[in-house]
Formats: sequence, structure tokens, C-alpha cells
Amino acid sequence: MLTITNLHASVGDRPILKGIDLSIKAGEVHAIMGPNGSGKSTLSYILAGREGYTVTEGSVTYKGEDLLALPPERRAAAGVFLAFQYPVEIPGVSNSTFLKTALNAVRRQRGEAELDAMQFLKLARTKCKQLGMTDEMLKRAVNVGFSGGEKKRNDILQMALLDPRLTILDETDSGLDIDALRIVADGVNSLRGPERAMLVITHYQRLLSYIVPDHVHVLAFGKIQRSGGKELALELEARGYAEFGVNEAA
Amino acid sequence: MTWLNTLRSAGRARFAELGFPKVRQEDWRFTNLGALERTLFLPASPASALVAVDALPSVTPSHRLVFVNGGFRADLSAASERPDGVIIGSLAAVMASHPALVEAHLGQRADDAGHGPLALNTAHLADGAVLYVPKGVYLDKPVELVMIGAGGHEPLSWHPRLLVVLEERAGATLIEHHFSLGDGAATFSNGVSEITLGTGARLRHYKAQRENAAAFHLSTLSGRLEHDACYEGFLLTLGARLSRNEVRLVLAGPGAEAKLSGAYLLRGEQLGDTTTVIDHASPRCTSQQLFKGVIDDKAQGVFQGKVLVRPNAQKTDARQLSRALLLSDDARIDAKPELEIHADDVKCSHGATAGDLDEDAMFYLRARGIDRDGARALLIGAYVNEAIAEISSEPVREAFEALADHWLRS
Ligand SMILES: Nc1ncnc2c1ncn2[C@@H]1O[C@H](COP(=O)(O)OP(=O)(O)OP(=O)(O)O)[C@@H](O)[C@H]1O
Ligand SMILES: [Mg+2]
Repeated sequence: MLTITNLHASVGDRPILKGIDLSIKAGEVHAIMGPNGSGKSTLSYILAGREGYTVTEGSVTYKGEDLLALPPERRAAAGVFLAFQYPVEIPGVSNSTFLKTALNAVRRQRGEAELDAMQFLKLARTKCKQLGMTDEMLKRAVNVGFSGGEKKRNDILQMALLDPRLTILDETDSGLDIDALRIVADGVNSLRGPERAMLVITHYQRLLSYIVPDHVHVLAFGKIQRSGGKELALELEARGYAEFGVNEAA
Repeated sequence: MTWLNTLRSAGRARFAELGFPKVRQEDWRFTNLGALERTLFLPASPASALVAVDALPSVTPSHRLVFVNGGFRADLSAASERPDGVIIGSLAAVMASHPALVEAHLGQRADDAGHGPLALNTAHLADGAVLYVPKGVYLDKPVELVMIGAGGHEPLSWHPRLLVVLEERAGATLIEHHFSLGDGAATFSNGVSEITLGTGARLRHYKAQRENAAAFHLSTLSGRLEHDACYEGFLLTLGARLSRNEVRLVLAGPGAEAKLSGAYLLRGEQLGDTTTVIDHASPRCTSQQLFKGVIDDKAQGVFQGKVLVRPNAQKTDARQLSRALLLSDDARIDAKPELEIHADDVKCSHGATAGDLDEDAMFYLRARGIDRDGARALLIGAYVNEAIAEISSEPVREAFEALADHWLRS
């Protein structure tokens, strides 16, 4: 589903990703772990299409298409979804307007009928309930005044509505309390399936005990240093990143 | 009427002396009227342009007065039942029916001592609109003024005068629509408004200006608020090649309250100038101003806001905020907030900000499938609606939101 080949990228003239190779097949869940500043969010932004990153070498294909050639909205329509490490606040735009505009934009691009206000509200309320969110959060401005955990849930609500094929979760677990973690993990797991894939970025083994990965990768210094099965996450939790030349105390 | 002729010839003499303001004048520093001055405008004659009545803007059932090129059009206007003593009509008609009333108020608020466009308006004084509400009467239905510009083969100008008098505890809502029919040669609308609010009177005054790219639009408003009077004003500027809304309010009686807000959306080579002077001349008055600009292409926004607090105006509460969103590298805003405080027990704040669209928010929206134009429209709409939210009349708020939204999508 997703093939990343020898990906090099920089911000300004500072190289951050230095040759990433990663292949994710439909039905698989991959986890990426790695020290702060190693380039995990950079990779997720490049996959989602954020401006300001220059791909200097390599390629990314998604369902056989050159993903990097698409603007962010086309990637979203094609089924790529990024849950942000830091969801953005948008004053003055109500969450429900945002969600409805996004959902209908995606449906339109997918050749599906748009939902009217009633249909949307019904759907949004159902999804809200599943994620333990109140209807009141639909009325408020997007993420404005939301707690850290509420922002993360709001991102998962967007995921549930947009029905993605490739979901990238960038530290979705950080800031979530134990119950919220379970609710979010359930939401994510309900989107697992033979035709979907996931890339889960996290610092903690705990999320991976709920969303069990097929493969775990260690990203450090802009490169995937090691890959393994789900037991690699446990090993990292115990030993840290020292063996990859990262001094954790620094 | 000799007093009228006297007024006119005084205006003529003043304008001959003053001419149009020059950029070397402090409060015209950013707004160059050179192009206006170089154009030879003919005074518009009462236009008989064909205007379909159902095409006239109206946000709510109202008393409607329609003007084409400054001339009153009874055939397009809709007079309806009004409470006893309320006068709503064209200036020419009310001058004929209630000469003493007009004579008593005309020229009282507008002080043309140093103001060229105002003197020019006085020189051409002929028509306009009058709203008079007697003591204790609350006018339910808003009054809508529809000011249509219909450009011809040659540049045309008109100089409407608006006279609003609300007596003690009277209340009214006034909505102005200014727009152009089709294209044509340059037009110059040079309006002057005089507003008198008696003790405890309340006026809501909303204006939407969307004239075409050949239009020059100058508007000078002078208002006086007595004890506990309240003025709520909103200026929505979408049109005209060059426009200036100048609003001067004197808070003359204790406890008077002015809420003045606006949004200007400019593109192409438009210039939109908002100049306000709030004169706190009495204790315990409040003024609240919020102006937001969206400026694209090579357009230029100007905001000059002066708050004057006179020595006896203790317990003044004056707030002013000007914000501008610059959507292109060539877009420009000149903001000059100014506080002049001569009293010590006051709460005053002002601020001016300018910035561009939040890139993080843009990416967040696009990552959810909304294309660039849609994301921009959503963000700019939210930004503008924050100012429009100041409008307390719901139908007007919705109508102005729709106008701004239409601008964003065109
Ligand atoms: N816009 C930017 N400008 C300058 N430097 C940047 C920018 N974006 C990322 N970087 C730098 O790139 C490096 C990788 O950052 P990135 O956010 O991808 O790390 P991360 O692996 O997600 O870290 P964390 O675990 O703390 O979230 C960091 O050193 C960061 O400072
Ligand atoms: Mg990160």
C-alpha cells in the first residue's frame, strides 16, 4: 500500500531524513519509535503533504501512485489520514462546520454523495458517542480550549468520519488518560482491516499493547536503524536508544 | 428657501477655499484623492435607470427609501405604516413637508470648518434621507436606504445628505446598502450623515458598501450622543476603487455609549479607508471599536482611529482594536490608532495587528480534504465573522455574513 524508498528530506538546508526505506502492506500495522528529534513527525508531515519540507532524494508511492505529487487534500481523499502530534486550534470555525466541510470535501472527491446537515449531524453524534465525546464539542471552535486529551480525541473523531485507508498516528497516545487511551485504541482498532494499514508513532509500549503492531521500527538520526516484531518495542522500553548512539541523558 | 441657499453658498465658498484634502494633511496621509480630483464629474441628474424592484437588497421587512445616483425614486421606495410623529422620507420631501424640522437640524452636526468633501456636499445639498423619531417611540421595522449607483458614459457625482434625529428615549434601526448597477464611467458618491441622539435614544446603524471598481465613495458621518444615548454602528466595505468612511462621534452626555465596528475586504487595487474619531466629552461614557481588514492583491487598507478623552470625562471606558489580514505580498495596511487622554480616571486600550493566514491551520484543513481555496475561505470567513458578530440585529448579521461569504467565493 505504501512504499517509501531511500527518502531524504530537509527543512531549509538542514537534512532531517537521511534515507528511509519502509514498506507497508494492506492489513498491516507498523510502529515507529525513536528518540526526540529523530524525524518521526517530519516523516508523517511529508506523507501528509505539509509545505516547507524538501524531498531531496527518494520516492513515496501509495497504492501505486506518486504520493508526493499530490496536494494534501487529494491525499486525504485518497485515504491518507494523519492524526497530529499537536492538533491545531482554529478560532471562529465551529467543529461541526469543519467536520462537515471536510467530510463532504472528501466524499465529493471520492465520487460519493454529500451529506446534508441532518445526515451529518446524525453520523457525527454517533461517532462522538463511541469516542466518549459530548455533542457540545461539535459546537465549539475547532480544538479551541480543548484539553490535550480532547484534542487527540477530536483527531480520532475526524479519522472515524473520513474513513481512511492509511492512518498515521503521531503520538496520539501522549496526553491521554488511561481510559481515553483505551477508547482511542478501540476507535483505531475498529478501523483495522485487510484493506487498511496503519503507521503508529509512539514513545510508549503501552499504546502498542492495545494496538498490536506487526512490525516495529526504530528511527534515529533520520534513518531506520532496526526493524523487528512487536517484541522490539518491549526491548526498547527496557534498554532505551543507547545502542543506536543516542545518549538519553542529553 | 433662503436658509438652504445660504447654507449651499457657504459650502461652495468653503470648498473653493479648501478643495479636496491633500496627503500632506495629517488625517489624509494615507489616502490620496489625486485620481478623484483629476476626474471631471458631472452632477448626476435624477436617473431613470431601469431597476427591477425585486432585485433590491433588503434584509428584513422595512421602510425602504431608494435612491439612484443620489436622486430619490418614489417609484422604487416602499413607504409603510409608521407610528405617529415618525418621519421617514427623502430630504427634499421632508424639507417641503416639515421645513422647520429640517432647518433646525440640517448642518448642525456637520461641521465643515476644515473638511473639503463635507463642504462640497453642502454646496450641492439637494436630496437625501430623513429619519425622525419622536420622544419615547421605538420604531420596530428598520429603515433601509438603498443607494444605487448607475454609471453612465461620463463620470457622475452625487452628494446625498442623511439626517437622523432620535428624540429622548426613541429607538430605531437604519440599514444602508450602497452598490452599483453594471459598469460604466467613474462615479463619485459623496455622502454626509448627521445624527442626533437625545437622552436615552438608541440607534443601530449598519452600512454595506459594494460599489464597483470605477466608484469613489466618500462618507462623512457626524453624530452627537446625549445622556445615556447609544449608537451601534457597523461598516462593511467590499466595493469601490477608493472609499473612505469617516465617523466622528461626540459622546456629549454622561453615560453615552458608542459601539462602532466594521470589516473591510479589499482586493485588486482597491483602497479602503476607515477613519474614526470618538470624542469622550462627558463622564462615564464607553466606546468600543473593532475593525478587521482582509487585504489581497495590491489593495490598501487604512485605519485611523482617534479616541479623545476630555478633562472632565472621568470613568471613560474606551477600547479600540484594529486587525488586518494581509493575503499577498503587495497588500498593505496603514493603521494609526491614537489616544489623546486628558482625564486621569479612565480605562483606555488600543491595538493594531497585521498578519497573514495561519499556515498551521491551512495545513490542518487541507490534510482533512479541504482544498486550498476552501480552507482559505473558511479561515478568512471565521476571521471576518468575528467582527460581524458585533452586530446585534440577527437578520443584518446574517445578511452581512452572506455578503462577506459571497465576496470570499468570488
Ligand atoms: N520547521 C522546522 N524548522 C526547523 N527545524 C525543524 C522543523 N521541523 C523539524 N525540525 C527539526 O527536525 C528534527 C526532527 O523533528 P521531528 O519533529 O520530526 O522529530 P520527532 O522525531 O517527531 O521528535 P518528537 O519525538 O520530539 O516528537 C528536529 O531536530 C527539529 O528541530
Ligand atoms: Mg514528533
